[in-house]
Amino acid sequence: MAAEGKTIDALSQFELVPVLGPIGRAVGFSQSNAHMLLAVGLITLLFMVGMRHRAVVPGRLQSAAEMLYEFVEGVLIGQVGHEGRRYFPFVFALFMFVLFGNMLGLLPYAFTYTSHIAVTLGLAILVFLVTTIVALAIHGKKFFGYFFPEGAPLWLAPIIIPVEVVSYISRPISLSIRLFANMVAGHVMLKVFATFIVLIGSLGAVGFLGAALPLAVNVALIGFEILVAFLQAYVFAILTSIYLHDAVHLH
Amino acid sequence: MMPRLPHGSFWRLAVIGLLLSQAPAFLGSAALAQHVTAPAPTGPVRTDEPLPGGRPPSPPVQADSDRANAIREANRTAAEYNQAAHEAADTGGMPQLDFANPLTIAQVVWLFVIFGLLVFLAAHYLLPPVAEVLENRRARIGADLDAARDARAEAEAAEAGQRDSTARARAEAQASVAAAAAAAQADAARRNEALAEKLNAQIAEAETRISAARDSAMAALREAATDATQALVKRLSGLEDKAAVEAAVGRELAARNITSGAA
Repeated sequence: MAAEGKTIDALSQFELVPVLGPIGRAVGFSQSNAHMLLAVGLITLLFMVGMRHRAVVPGRLQSAAEMLYEFVEGVLIGQVGHEGRRYFPFVFALFMFVLFGNMLGLLPYAFTYTSHIAVTLGLAILVFLVTTIVALAIHGKKFFGYFFPEGAPLWLAPIIIPVEVVSYISRPISLSIRLFANMVAGHVMLKVFATFIVLIGSLGAVGFLGAALPLAVNVALIGFEILVAFLQAYVFAILTSIYLHDAVHLH
Repeated sequence: MMPRLPHGSFWRLAVIGLLLSQAPAFLGSAALAQHVTAPAPTGPVRTDEPLPGGRPPSPPVQADSDRANAIREANRTAAEYNQAAHEAADTGGMPQLDFANPLTIAQVVWLFVIFGLLVFLAAHYLLPPVAEVLENRRARIGADLDAARDARAEAEAAEAGQRDSTARARAEAQASVAAAAAAAQADAARRNEALAEKLNAQIAEAETRISAARDSAMAALREAATDATQALVKRLSGLEDKAAVEAAVGRELAARNITSGAA
């Protein structure tokens, strides 16, 4: 699958394919959605199995579950403060969903749903809507004061307000493109170097030696991608927390 | 407010931007290469030109039916080619941007369903047990800390009490030692005094006795002297003048500074 007709095909890994036969085809259920369900199932399993004893002294799985819980809690509370506790399930679900999507995608034959701009943009728009609705619910009309900082000279309003509005509206775009681009770039690089291994390896004895280099690169890349998978989930969660902070405190 | 990003993201984003800007040239050509291997024929194929798809050119001498078949086949191949090229143009580039594919949008609908499910599960089933366990642990650790703090305070109080009672006992002991010493001293002083008194009394008595004895001895001496003198005078002169003798003896005794208690 890496080298079809001796060409580098780094993009077919992102193609959507319907799964579950005719039913899946009818409802547009692709392998991407199957991986989302798998991620949700794994997250549920981790917490259900990990927390089944509710031990005071935790075991391994319970430690993992508690660590994830406290990590996201720290991110959210650190940014928003204790008023942010209401949004904890949302931020936690975002972090886990992105983290598991990124990590699952690194497994062979797996699909990375976070490598689709439609998915990341969908999540980012969800974040945008949630933060905006929270801000409107808490502050009402005062929320629009966010676009014109207090104390700024009035004659600057024609410049400041458009800039603030554009920066506010561009949040979901930057949020989604950051995750999407990171995942795509990582997987394209992995696929390109994997193709090099096959192409160079097919040259015989010399090729086997030559293929060791892209293989080493890919090993290093996998480690790097694991870091990126975690980092991007963290960035998604902390940016959501920052937006929630702005929504709750308006500054 | 500008979001704070980890530093690693910046150069990475730059690399991605570069990659994406090259994507039409680099990746697009790679994807198209699967579909397009020959120059594109345009429109119906003319019979006097070589056919695409590597078919050998028709021999110069040919039956009319063969020519017709060849033209039909060439046209069919061209139509297939055009369709393939059209599909390649549609799906060319990134599958993520292929919004003609209904699955691209359908996966977002499913995304909202599945993500909503995750939020619901997290809020109602996944997170409350963790919160409960963490809260229990915090409460338990807090209670243990409180108990330890109490025990320490108790131990400190006990130590202070012990120190107090030790000090009190020491003070009491010192007081009783001092009292005993004072009592003993007083006792000894009283005894000394009594002894001195008794001795003084005895001394006084003895002195009285001595002076009485001396007086009586003195009286006896005068009497004896008077008697002896009287007897001497009588024998020598036969005179018996008791009064004169007594006077003489008294004179003599006074001259010798011997006084008698009785006299």
